[in-house]
Amino acid sequence: MKKRKIINLIIMSFSTVAALTGLIFLFWILWVLLSKGLDAMNIKIFILDTAPPGREGGLRNALVGQLLLVSVASLIGIPLGIFAGTYLSEYGGNSKFSNFLRDISDIMMSAPSIVIGAFVYAILVAPVGHFSGWAGAVALAIMMIPIVLRTTDDMLSLVSQQLREAAYALGAPKYKVIMQVVYRGAKVGMITGILLSIARIAGETAPLLFTSFNNNFYTTNLNEAMASLTVTMFNFATSPYEDWIKLGWAAAFILGAFVLFVNIIGRMIIKKKVK
Amino acid sequence: MRKALDFLFKHIALFSAISILIVLIAIFAILFKEALPAINAFGWKFLVNTRWAPNMDIFGGFPAIYGSIMSTLIAMLIATPMAIGVAIFLTEIAHAKLKGPVGTAIEMLAAIPSIIYGMWGLFFFAPYIREWFGGNGLGLLTAGIVLAIMILPFMAAITRDSMNTIPDVLKESAYALGATKWDVVKDVVIPFAKAGIIGSIILALGRAIGETMAVTFVMGNAHKIPKHLTDPATSIPVTLANEFTEADSDLYYSSLFYLALILFVISFIVIAFAKFYFLRKVRAAK
Repeated sequence: MKKRKIINLIIMSFSTVAALTGLIFLFWILWVLLSKGLDAMNIKIFILDTAPPGREGGLRNALVGQLLLVSVASLIGIPLGIFAGTYLSEYGGNSKFSNFLRDISDIMMSAPSIVIGAFVYAILVAPVGHFSGWAGAVALAIMMIPIVLRTTDDMLSLVSQQLREAAYALGAPKYKVIMQVVYRGAKVGMITGILLSIARIAGETAPLLFTSFNNNFYTTNLNEAMASLTVTMFNFATSPYEDWIKLGWAAAFILGAFVLFVNIIGRMIIKKKVK
Repeated sequence: MRKALDFLFKHIALFSAISILIVLIAIFAILFKEALPAINAFGWKFLVNTRWAPNMDIFGGFPAIYGSIMSTLIAMLIATPMAIGVAIFLTEIAHAKLKGPVGTAIEMLAAIPSIIYGMWGLFFFAPYIREWFGGNGLGLLTAGIVLAIMILPFMAAITRDSMNTIPDVLKESAYALGATKWDVVKDVVIPFAKAGIIGSIILALGRAIGETMAVTFVMGNAHKIPKHLTDPATSIPVTLANEFTEADSDLYYSSLFYLALILFVISFIVIAFAKFYFLRKVRAAK
């Protein structure tokens, strides 16, 4: 065989092995999540709160806390992200200012989440004197805005210009054209982007470590420290107690299942739309 | 009335768009303000001082900076060739029926929350490292490998996208001349997609250097320069995650913000460089 054919074979084998390795790790991690998680699942997880080691406990406070934190973050992040994306696509277009804001938002999207946690600590926790659900939600919202912004921007730009012109020709004002024609045309893509951004922040731990912190008791008061699935996972998994570690895996399973489920749904919606 | 609503809508949108800039500036300003006492106390020496002794109010950032750089370096050395390999597999080798599912599966790896990588790394992967390389399983090497697995799908996806921007005609004409797949990849695909590939590498580097949860579990959290890759170490995000709520003196608190500021500046430069310099073309083609 010629030398270049041998080299070709080596590189192509390496590429195939690389892809296989990636798949092996994916299935290994999924298998761990599934076996450890299902093993730890039972009904008590949903009705009992976290408890000191040795006592029977569940994850009710963490689940409720997580739900609240993500919901409040969404209530702040989604409208801001949509409006910002709308501005870039409908008003700014390809102006220098818009492209500058797009770049800024790309940078924010990749900013280390723990730094955002430290920032929110400095503005919302330290001055108030205690951890709070609000601080956690704000930290998550800051991570969410750039994601929603970029998907909204991209999706709105796909809506055909004729559609807008047709609406203008009927005498509709710009805000009405945007809300009733452009949003409607981009609805599916926007919803997918929002879903994916929710999945993304739901898995975040670092920005919550020193904002919402943790709470062993059930609370719906956003002015207090609040438990979340991810911080509970972190604390429990690094603890020396068997039953805590087990609950940590249950939390990992619930979170992993949610994130993967939303991602698959999001992909299916987009695929259908494109076809 | 109509005009007022139009005006209102536009300006709410404008304000929302600008809010992202305000947040970015605010992060810089606040981190700097909180870090100022430590900056005044230690100055630039903070970057090279290796001693971290909170009980004596001595803080040097070098062990954390070193850990961040080393774990990221290990991750990049492993992940870069693999990601390019995966991208070659997805664009050149895989059968059309395989491309979709394998591509989706690899992207699913990117969707898994990083804390799950951390837990898996601690309980299932670290024992192998202990067995194969010695040490207690926690340290730079384990952190580097876990990071590599975490950034691999991310890098592979961007690399694949940039490889997909090549017009088929270019590749076909090379094949028509009798080129092997590797010839085509080496002489047509990689030169064409170079900017995108380099961009994805730098962007992944930015992600790896700021990643917290995947490494906090497996780093071992020791504030010293490790002698071996298998010794426990620390990194900037790991230090922040473990010690932020414990900081009991003003200088301790401020030193942690100094570390956060360093991390933010590094990742800002890295991400901006990748985005502005290399990834423009990929984005435009998409």
